[in-house]
Amino acid sequence: MTSAFRGAGAPDVDEIRKCVHCGICLPACPTYRVLGEEMDSPRGRIYLMRAAAEGRVELSETFQRHLDLCLGCRACETACPSGVRFGSLLEATRAQLRRHGPPPKHRLLEAFAFALFPEPARLGAALAAFRLYRASGLRALVRATGLLRLAPALGAMDALLDEVPRPVPLPELVPAHGRVQGRVGLLTGCVQRQLYPQVNRDTARLLALAGYEVVIPRAQGCCGALELHAGRVDAYSARARALAAAFPDDLDFVVTNAAGCGSAMKEYGHGLPEIASFGGRVRDVMELLAGAELPLGRIDLTVTYHDACHLAHGQRVRQEPRELLRRIPGLKLVELADSDLCCGSAGVYNLLEPGMAGELLELKIARIVETGAQVVAAANPGCLLQIAGGCRQRGLDVTLVHPVELLARAVDAHTR
Amino acid sequence: MPLSRTFLADLERLVGAGGLVRSHEGRLVYESDMHTFYRGAPDVVALPIRTDQVVAIVRLCRAEHVPIVPRGSGTGLIGGAMAPHGGVMIGMNRMDQILELDLPNRCATVQSGLINLSLTRAVANRGYFFAPDPSSQMVSSIGGNVATNAGGPHCLKYGITTNHVLGLELVTGTGELVRLGGKVADRPGYDLTGVAVGSEGTFGIVTAVTVRLLHAPEAVRTILASFAAIEDASEAVSAIIAAGMIPAALEMLDEMMIRAINEGSGAGYPKDAAAVLLIELDGPVGEVMAQGQRAAQICWERGALEVRVARDDVERALLWKGRKEAAGAVGRLAPTYLLQDAVVPRSKLPAIMREMIAIGARHRVRIANVFHAGDGNLHPLILYDDRDPEELERAKAANEELLHACITMGGTVTGEHGVGLDKAKNLPLQYADADLNFMYRLRRAFDPDAMMNPGKLLPSHPACGEGFRPARPRVPEGAWI
Repeated sequence: MTSAFRGAGAPDVDEIRKCVHCGICLPACPTYRVLGEEMDSPRGRIYLMRAAAEGRVELSETFQRHLDLCLGCRACETACPSGVRFGSLLEATRAQLRRHGPPPKHRLLEAFAFALFPEPARLGAALAAFRLYRASGLRALVRATGLLRLAPALGAMDALLDEVPRPVPLPELVPAHGRVQGRVGLLTGCVQRQLYPQVNRDTARLLALAGYEVVIPRAQGCCGALELHAGRVDAYSARARALAAAFPDDLDFVVTNAAGCGSAMKEYGHGLPEIASFGGRVRDVMELLAGAELPLGRIDLTVTYHDACHLAHGQRVRQEPRELLRRIPGLKLVELADSDLCCGSAGVYNLLEPGMAGELLELKIARIVETGAQVVAAANPGCLLQIAGGCRQRGLDVTLVHPVELLARAVDAHTR
Repeated sequence: MPLSRTFLADLERLVGAGGLVRSHEGRLVYESDMHTFYRGAPDVVALPIRTDQVVAIVRLCRAEHVPIVPRGSGTGLIGGAMAPHGGVMIGMNRMDQILELDLPNRCATVQSGLINLSLTRAVANRGYFFAPDPSSQMVSSIGGNVATNAGGPHCLKYGITTNHVLGLELVTGTGELVRLGGKVADRPGYDLTGVAVGSEGTFGIVTAVTVRLLHAPEAVRTILASFAAIEDASEAVSAIIAAGMIPAALEMLDEMMIRAINEGSGAGYPKDAAAVLLIELDGPVGEVMAQGQRAAQICWERGALEVRVARDDVERALLWKGRKEAAGAVGRLAPTYLLQDAVVPRSKLPAIMREMIAIGARHRVRIANVFHAGDGNLHPLILYDDRDPEELERAKAANEELLHACITMGGTVTGEHGVGLDKAKNLPLQYADADLNFMYRLRRAFDPDAMMNPGKLLPSHPACGEGFRPARPRVPEGAWI
């Protein structure tokens, strides 16, 4: 029996065989939680990969469907006692499907998403157009006609976006405050810089307060995470190399505030050894801030924290954001049940699979309502968009913020 | 013989298209439980959400003579939840609701697909817990626990699943919905609940379970003791029991297992020890403190390298997380393994451990150990690489030899995992023909057409007089029966 995987970059069979079929990953998997079907669980997906490697299944449409439905949240990696690196297996399998499998189900939509999101300039232009669409009253018209119901993906996008902020220009260098701890680069991201520019501004400010000199190269592009997760390996590699080249070599750390980007960048070395040392220097902003003294004033708020998948599962950063939030005087942090269950955002997943994304959003919002929190903190722009959109649609008075925004407000409160 | 189109259409009418798995790819992932040595894909998987659907499926299958295989979360270790003869697999995992919490009477009624740990989580904040705690409890279903009469680390003190089941709702092989037992103990007549617990789906499908809930103990003390030799640890186990203590749990892990677990959950077990004992005492504070000191002293006397008490709930949880994930962590050691579940009288522990080392050396296989030392229930994992047929043969030989050694020492073929496809052939080592024949007849009372989980639990060859024949014998490719 010959393998259904062909050529270079096939999923690592030894990694597949590390799965001993114990099933501990099942309750952690969002799609298994919703569907209760083995083939939409990590154990089932790994078994399908194994069957493909053994030539027992083809890269069929059904096979593709079960792989497509995976959010790539990597909750199964946190659960797995044998340490199976599911994310890498998924990326390699998706790359195989792209080369040798049936045509992608959402070809046009995907082409659109990949032409837009990893291109900050295009995304900026598109969002400027959206600002117009919203302000001109065209949105009300489109919504009234029910046009969006005909195109669920566009409907999903329309629901996600509310206000589009004006760009916040950042300097190329932010000097350190006080004693210098080190010199770091800041990734401004694609969606982050366009939709959450204040998060980048607050990140730079807090890092400076923590004693870091912050370098923000203008020329930086996309980190390639979206493409990596979709199995678009060539585009990913090109973007990753270009990004690494855009940052100077003398940085102590390269800082991200978007979990998806950070997770992909930390793992650059897996497929691209030439930029492994760059990947080794990547840190989430909260990892650096956790070790710093920050002048924090009082904010009286009840806050809950949602674990972005690629921070909790991809980077194993769970305690730092919670500890930082707890340090803010007056802030009451309440734990969110299933805080590390995916909210359904997952990169462009909510556009490609609005059904499953919606089910998961529903679960997430139900848990948020239970906490009674006024504010939900999450450290990834995709989660912020998805959960904020869901709250808005349900008329809930819940504000979504990145943890650095709360920290920056606390700093303001201290100086005031 | 594939299922007919009308049969599948009837099935779809019962559970809807979303309740059926018909694709080749979908069925394939249901071909094994955790014991991937055995493969047998069902012809179709049905995922009901209501009891009446289960009844209707069983009746439909009976009318068409189609075998049925029940499945919970598919975490069994005996080839129980796989379909060696094809047919319809009924996955119960979507039936996972708590039907009634009756805390004043300390019981709960749940659908059988409910995950074991979910029940304890639902009642923990009110000071209760569900005692049976198989290591798979974070994923295995209560129905699956009932089917195999599962044990777990804390069964040393609290008893196994059957001691905590008050009643069952069972769809028999004839498609009748019957209620066995109930909330009130000491019901008149036969203890059919006791008969059905551990029947591994051969009597029918359990759809709901009424279980006992226990009050959480006042105090818990978890002690970790490490030893330079596995015999020393075994001696300490015997001495602790001989001293009159009944710890809540008394678990042993050997060096190889410790390494795999430390790499994974970072449980922080001592690195250079040949064996680690995990001793848990619970009950009233005074008793726990006194017994904890005594147990620690015994360990020191038996040459312990280190004895430490978990400082807080976080450390305790981490020590247990490591233990409970042990079988799942074996992927770090080898891609495949054979897992024994044999039991020896506790006093024979040092002897069987010595024998095991000798057997491993004789057959040139690595054997990792993690087990319930307190009740002599061994779980040696014989590691091999299934791509090497010669190594597989050596592993199988070691496995058989080990099993016979346990029985020679007065033990049994299985402690808590069940029989399934894996141990059925070994039952004649334990039972006389008359015993087995009686079991066949009992099975027929629940399932006269022999269509419920055929090939499991009882040996399928007719060597015992009254042979059991599955409704439609068919051996799919890759099956080992």
